[in-house]
Amino acid sequence: MSVIDVPAATTKSRRKIRRPDLASQWQLMWWKFKRHRLALFGIVVLGLFLVMALFAEAIGIGPPGQRDTAYVAGPPMLPQLIDAEGKFHLRPFVYGVKPVRDKVSLRMTYQVDTAQIWELGLFVKGAPYRLFGVVPGDIHLFGTDKGFIHLFGTDFTGLDIYTRSVHATRASLGVAVVGVLVSFILGAAIGGAAGYFGGLLDDLVMRIIEFIRSIPTLPLWLALAALLPRDWSPLATYLAITVILSLLGWTWLARTVRSKLLATRQEDFVLAARLSGCSDTRIITRHLLPSFLSYLIVDTSVAFPEILLAETSLSFLGLGLREPVESWGVLLFAAQSIRSIDQAPWLMIPGAFVIVAVLAFNFVGDGLRDAADPYSRS
Amino acid sequence: MIRFLSRRLAYMALTLLLVSLVSFVIIQAAPGDYAEIFAAQKAATGAIITLADIEAMRIELGLDQPWYVQYGRWLAGALHGDFGYSWAWRRPVGEVIAERMPLTLTIAFATLIFMYAVSIPVGIYSAVRRYSFGDYAFSIAGYLGLAIPNFLLALVLLYISQQYFHQSVGGLFSPGYENAAWSWAKVQDLLAHLIVPVVVLGTSGTAFLTRAMRAAVLDELNKMYVLSARASGLSPMQLLLRYPVRMALNPIASTLGWRLTYVISGAPIVGYVLALPDTGPLFLNALLNQDMLLAGALIFIFCALTIIGTFVSDLLLVLLDPRIRLE
Amino acid sequence: MSALAEIPVLSVNQLSIAVDNDGTPVPITDDVSFTIGRGEVLALVGESGSGKSVTALALMQLLGAGLRIARGEIVFETHDGFRTDVVRLGAKGKAIEALRGARMGMIFQEPMSSFSPIHTIGAQIAEVVQVHEKVGRAAARARAAELLGKVGIPDPVGALDRYPTEFSGGMRQRAMIARALICKPSLLIADEPTTALDVTIQGQILQLLRSLKREFGMSILFITHDLGIVAQMADRVAIMYSGRIVESGPVRDIFRHPVHPYTRALLDAVPRLGDIDRGRRIQPIAGAMPNIFDAPSGCRFHPRCPVRDMPRCAEKLPPRAEVEKHFVECIHGERELAK
Repeated sequence: MSVIDVPAATTKSRRKIRRPDLASQWQLMWWKFKRHRLALFGIVVLGLFLVMALFAEAIGIGPPGQRDTAYVAGPPMLPQLIDAEGKFHLRPFVYGVKPVRDKVSLRMTYQVDTAQIWELGLFVKGAPYRLFGVVPGDIHLFGTDKGFIHLFGTDFTGLDIYTRSVHATRASLGVAVVGVLVSFILGAAIGGAAGYFGGLLDDLVMRIIEFIRSIPTLPLWLALAALLPRDWSPLATYLAITVILSLLGWTWLARTVRSKLLATRQEDFVLAARLSGCSDTRIITRHLLPSFLSYLIVDTSVAFPEILLAETSLSFLGLGLREPVESWGVLLFAAQSIRSIDQAPWLMIPGAFVIVAVLAFNFVGDGLRDAADPYSRS
Repeated sequence: MIRFLSRRLAYMALTLLLVSLVSFVIIQAAPGDYAEIFAAQKAATGAIITLADIEAMRIELGLDQPWYVQYGRWLAGALHGDFGYSWAWRRPVGEVIAERMPLTLTIAFATLIFMYAVSIPVGIYSAVRRYSFGDYAFSIAGYLGLAIPNFLLALVLLYISQQYFHQSVGGLFSPGYENAAWSWAKVQDLLAHLIVPVVVLGTSGTAFLTRAMRAAVLDELNKMYVLSARASGLSPMQLLLRYPVRMALNPIASTLGWRLTYVISGAPIVGYVLALPDTGPLFLNALLNQDMLLAGALIFIFCALTIIGTFVSDLLLVLLDPRIRLE
Repeated sequence: MSALAEIPVLSVNQLSIAVDNDGTPVPITDDVSFTIGRGEVLALVGESGSGKSVTALALMQLLGAGLRIARGEIVFETHDGFRTDVVRLGAKGKAIEALRGARMGMIFQEPMSSFSPIHTIGAQIAEVVQVHEKVGRAAARARAAELLGKVGIPDPVGALDRYPTEFSGGMRQRAMIARALICKPSLLIADEPTTALDVTIQGQILQLLRSLKREFGMSILFITHDLGIVAQMADRVAIMYSGRIVESGPVRDIFRHPVHPYTRALLDAVPRLGDIDRGRRIQPIAGAMPNIFDAPSGCRFHPRCPVRDMPRCAEKLPPRAEVEKHFVECIHGERELAK
């Protein structure tokens, strides 16, 4: 070893040195992705959302459609550890509430009743449900033995906002996933055709993409959504909205697929592969695809938050999904007027789910973007 | 350069034509035509309308003609500012829009200025002081800005101003100024009212532009010409402002058209939530009421605005970048 | 060699540069020492990855992020009595900025990307004068035009207002030289300035550099991997292998009597006229230069060396042998030099 006064020569630190010169593309990408702490965090959050969507019945407190007439438009009930007398409780609890009529507005409000302590428990028995529509169960992530808990409060009809938000994960992420899938297929097919056949078709596709990008799309989608017949079933509306939203994302993917296909087709390594007798299939799967698959993944990850936000906005305005389908946007529909958020600001809480989900998607997207080009510096 | 401009001009004309067609399709796609809606309205007031009356009205309005004739008429009218008659407002569409358009434009331009005024310096700072505390702080703010839906930010600001400042943000002027003559105080009042819509509309765009600016400057900083300028003895500040920033401004300026598209795209929802007297609520209510002549006209105008904006940003780019100028 | 060349402009002593690999510094160059005399041309020769370009950048404190000078000194002294250790100046601040472009000039391999594409050639050259000297814009432009004329650009005044894209590669490299020389530096660092150019243009640029060297009386550190250029340009040559200088000395000595097996292999890899008639084939060097992450122990060339003496060569660095300014770092050095 050389005689330089840096601790590189010790065996221990030597083992730690990574060999970027020997690593495979995917290994380099993983190293880079791991360095992006926020992206790892985003993955974890998205995983939690997935769990929430799959096991919504067990994570929610009761059936999402159950109205609590004893607690209508009630504020969030925060779990406590220390009671009014300063005594520490090992088990978290919520205080009971009692209804009071506001003397001025004559509205029903609720007052915290520190005399009543409702203890919380994990994995408590509650309302029965069927997981995935088949598996029966009655265990809920948390709940109270006596009284009730509305973690995020209730709306004007007594529906529990926490439970509904958990259930809404399904529709919100479902629309995003299906929308992204459809735009992925559209983008890959259209962009692939343009890149592969080139010529007139390529010109046409590029002009169309340019056109779509140069107009304000949201008003256009709003208009399309508004044109959906009102008497369609919620499921039909759901599907139609998903398709409309997927029209948002495909242009980016199509452009990436097309330009990468065009660029790599002329690369030396492809020519070299062809000259050494590789079949077309092998060239596409072993040489072309890996060289731009990472970019496709990045573009897909960018499309997620876009579609999620669009769905939320549409539903919030009453032009997207509708009751009884529950998405975060549908829940926010209730918060449309200044009067309702003035009386019950907690109606905006489902928005926090949207923000967290979009943040997580963006973090992961950034990590992927950095990792996608593993040979770039820094 | 002349060729470049004439090509862009021709492209703009073509896109405008396409957009008008799309708008017309949307108008046509709504169930029922004007005559039927008119008849339904009349019938609701108790008047007796026969099928023959409806047919006569169709002929009078030209609704019996093939679609391309109708489209031609609509387009010819549109070019003169005549977009037909809004049944919900019972007034000509052009008139209704003209009343509210200036405010939409004011907000859109104020938002654009806000976005660039914030994102360019912040982006440069973040690139130069990469991984510093400030960079992280701005980047967190940027992530949040990108993640909060416009309408939610509007709702939150609405709630805060209502709850803590006891002031309504809706509208453009405080009650006293609404009909007052223009004065400095009135301008100040207007600006104060513009802040919330502009911030709401511009937040995510600003976050996006800041990131783009930061990435562009970082990218330029790694270029060979920067090293060669450093080797000539330029100080970091001279270097930064003369080369990388100047270069990074090109892509930023060239996206002006897209940014405008973006702002126009988001404006209706923000206007609706904040109850501004602009085209936002007009558009959404037209959609909800299926007042399609009005909605279609607005879509056409929104699109036309962004297409013209894109053309202007192309012009800007030509001025900024000699490589295109010399083409 | 003239007497002036005995007075050094630059003496680099035991320079080590390290790269940061996830918090662990890994040496890129190790114990690099050389001097350049007044009016002298020193060629630094090596394969890509040998550390020659990094060494050049270090001379002006222009190392990129992650790279740093771990040890050594770079003493720079000019005829007017200016003397400094560049390592001590640091990479930031007025002192090093005043040095760059004024007392040391540098030209790069890529004339295409060494100019900003959106500023005129004239502005980019004139600004160097304005940064270093208290002159007005007009005077700076006049100086720039004068220099453009000297480097052989036709219509130098008109060229001031043209953009780099309007110039050919050779013209851009000429403009680059004008920019590097406008403040009359004592030392010009030329990092493979002709690699990206056509052969005919290459010859013109080398010719230009030679005549400018005489006119300006400057020294040149010429970095290249092309031994043909070394023969044309240099007074002395230093051969770099895997971050170390393995042999250095007057060009004539090295070419006639190469000692280090790597130098010999390099010279053998150069095609000469008449090779085919004599039935001689080019001898490629077996193996590849080691990666900086696993530089071999002992002499770094030993895994590829045809005359190695194992295990001695793998155990420790060979001693440095010298005969009449001809240095070599090889276990057989002393014996071979004596021949």
